[in-house]
Amino acid sequence: MSANMVAILYLISALLFIFALRGLSHPESSRMGNIFGVIGMIIAVFTTLMFKSVLSYYEIGAAILIGGAIGSFIALRIEMTALPQLVAAFHSLVGLAAVFVAAAAFYDPVAFNIGKVGSIKTASLVEMSIGTLIGAITFSGSVLAFGKLQGTISGKPIVFKFQHLINAIIFLLIIFLIVLFVINQSPTIFWTIVIISILLGFLVVIPIGGADMPVVVSMLNSYSGWAACGIGFTLSNNLLIITGALVGASGAILSYIMSKGMNRSIINVVLGGFGGEQDTSASKDNSDKIVKQGNAEDAAYIMKNADSVIIVPGYGMAVAQAQHALREMGDILKKEGIEVRYAIHPVAGRMPGHMNVLLAEANVPYEEVLELDEINHDFPMTEVSFVIGANDVTNPAAKTDESSPIFGMPILDVEKSQSVLFVKRSMATGYSGVDNELFYRDNTTMLFGDAKKMCEDIVKSLSA
Amino acid sequence: MEAHSSEVFVIGLTVFFLACIIGYYVVWSVTPALHSPLMGVTNAISSVIIVGAILAAGSQGFDTSKIFGLIGVVLASVNIFGGFLVTYRMLSMFKKKTKKTKEKE
Repeated sequence: MSANMVAILYLISALLFIFALRGLSHPESSRMGNIFGVIGMIIAVFTTLMFKSVLSYYEIGAAILIGGAIGSFIALRIEMTALPQLVAAFHSLVGLAAVFVAAAAFYDPVAFNIGKVGSIKTASLVEMSIGTLIGAITFSGSVLAFGKLQGTISGKPIVFKFQHLINAIIFLLIIFLIVLFVINQSPTIFWTIVIISILLGFLVVIPIGGADMPVVVSMLNSYSGWAACGIGFTLSNNLLIITGALVGASGAILSYIMSKGMNRSIINVVLGGFGGEQDTSASKDNSDKIVKQGNAEDAAYIMKNADSVIIVPGYGMAVAQAQHALREMGDILKKEGIEVRYAIHPVAGRMPGHMNVLLAEANVPYEEVLELDEINHDFPMTEVSFVIGANDVTNPAAKTDESSPIFGMPILDVEKSQSVLFVKRSMATGYSGVDNELFYRDNTTMLFGDAKKMCEDIVKSLSA
Repeated sequence: MEAHSSEVFVIGLTVFFLACIIGYYVVWSVTPALHSPLMGVTNAISSVIIVGAILAAGSQGFDTSKIFGLIGVVLASVNIFGGFLVTYRMLSMFKKKTKKTKEKE
């Protein structure tokens, strides 16, 4: 195959990837988009297999089969509530793969046409090290994010003194090592860069708390793209550069949207240390205030007599796996002629769009699921807001209390609806550690208990 | 030789910036409801890095580079299959309302 032919096939593959992303602008076109992505990947892989230098078909075939079997097995088995962990785990693999490809290029530069062992082109060495650096950070950062999401590691932010200074010093050390590496091309230095970059990845994610994970997962998504880009430059491969840039841009935009949803800058999130430990300092003394408590029958009665209900799901719904029971509740209400809609805050859940997937899994039609700016003006015309597993995203303190850590965060205006039903495990504060004054309002009824159990009980009362 | 390699780099850089711009506009057009599938797809396509791994794994015989290449192929394949399949699963769940309610519109 001629070099031009290869370039054209790679171009087609890159275009198909762009269409794959474009398809996601609407659920109807998205499935076709995914197919474009698959075709693009097949073209890319087969084009590469056609290279004259690629001879070991059996080994490569076996490797693809092994990887493919593992990937398919995991993807088909995974619970939708565990998606954020899965995505984090996958990001770590991209990062690791980038490191291995860079290492392979370093040990066998002839295969990639970037020089000979000991005299690799300077530009290639720089690109290789950058790819390695980003790849290794993506790898370890994602492993840690996976641990935090899975619950194997505490989701609390771990903060220590001089954290940022230490990170900065490590980063400068890596730059210094890269310079050394470019000069003497020593394998020892190459692996030192890998190890220290892995360490840096851990240190970068460690101070970031559990509920900031949507930003972290998006950021690592972005990094995995830039790592692919770095390798693309090393191999002078436009397909890798284009795809890496698409993924990098995508992750960056998602991070931006997520941090905007929390009214925080990305830098602020990355520096971390938010929430977790400040419950006592931030919450005012509300011990003398009275909370109106209700049970499933009360909730069923209130909703049955309403014209319109807006359901606000949050991470708690995902944890309790309550989406199916919730949809059942919504179905009964709809049958009664009540308008039921769902309001999704941008940072609800542990990854962008997490709630939408869970509701879709429970067969909620996507037209009923609305974003914050689509539905927020409807709350004053709504009789009942049913908040399940969400807290901070409904807290009016974000608008009124300048001293609140969540001040300025866009919230869902559930307070403006006639009555609010709050499904919660206990009176504990949200992850931000801020007390929610909504709990003490006259038109709020607290429904304490497991989200799934509560929905099931409400369903029973409604059908009774 | 030097002039040639810097030319290659500049072409790469051109492609890079144009791709970033395309990525920017394409990703902003993605509906927020599909942000999770977006991550699934980007995950899968970023594993196009497999192209580099295949080149390294392509030689006959066994050396360090080939082993690294093969590991890279395995890792990237996990992601490619896993990423596309999980995205497929997610997307197949996004359904419209049933026909009955649709006729009302």
